Amino acid sequence: MTHILDQTDRDLLNRLQDDLPLSHRPFADLALEIGLTENDVLSRIERLKSQGFITRFGPFFDAAAMGGAFCLCAMAVPSAEFETVLTKVNAHDEVAHNYERTHQLNMWFVLATETPEGITATADTIEQETGLIVHRFPKLQEFFIGFRVTA
Amino acid sequence: MTQTIDDRDIIKALQGGLPITKTPYVEIADALGLSETDLVSRLEVLKSTGVIRRIAAAPNHYKLGMNANGMTVWDVQDDLVAALGAKVGALSFVTHCYERPRALPDWPYNLFAMVHGTSREEVEEKRLEIKTLLGSVCRASDTLYSTRILKKTGLRLRSRE
Repeated sequence: MTHILDQTDRDLLNRLQDDLPLSHRPFADLALEIGLTENDVLSRIERLKSQGFITRFGPFFDAAAMGGAFCLCAMAVPSAEFETVLTKVNAHDEVAHNYERTHQLNMWFVLATETPEGITATADTIEQETGLIVHRFPKLQEFFIGFRVTA
Repeated sequence: MTQTIDDRDIIKALQGGLPITKTPYVEIADALGLSETDLVSRLEVLKSTGVIRRIAAAPNHYKLGMNANGMTVWDVQDDLVAALGAKVGALSFVTHCYERPRALPDWPYNLFAMVHGTSREEVEEKRLEIKTLLGSVCRASDTLYSTRILKKTGLRLRSRE
């Protein structure tokens, strides 16, 4: 079933990608900004969530600032083994997201760990479990994080 | 029962998301046994130290019609990557831009720029803009399209013993 977003949904979705205030009635503050009522904002967010336009609403954490680490990793997985390897990789809680991509390196995932050593430990474990190399691409410099997608 | 509520407890209480209610911080504070004022001041500290980047919606790109997601990767000279990365990162259609190490000989690329679009054609047009911007300094490039989301959970803290 397809759902249509009206212009108000789009404006709200764009605003919701920016920071929510740490106030007693944050959605009322946000409603005032974009000319809606608090109840309308709340019901629209619930609907956008239930329809899948919003996958999550809440704080975005930076593992690095918590003393932890993120690392983009990639593997070249033979197609016959893909599902088996996927199950082994995804079984690790440290795998935050994982994408199949069009390249010989066809499995790209992000490890998020509570300590920098956790990256090496998890990647090494995945290598032992799968017999495949886990290439590690930690960020050396971050140029800009725009995040936003215009609805 | 008295127990010190540490940052970890606060993060665990919030990692599933914020309640969509009139007073979401009150609900989280109640669950933790804190006052709303205490929770909010703790959250302010977590934001100022960068542990929380922002409190916001994670949109589903695919549902929004952004069906093509291309990780464009570039091999540029190391001494120019900072200046070029800043330019590429400033493009409105680039959502993430990083310098990362090469994995030679298989992987010569050191600059990664994520591009979203409604189609692969649109991503390709945007890729050409980056290519033009980099000019002859770029020695090789590729675009890796995502064909399947295999997992998407975000950060999960492990339970403590």
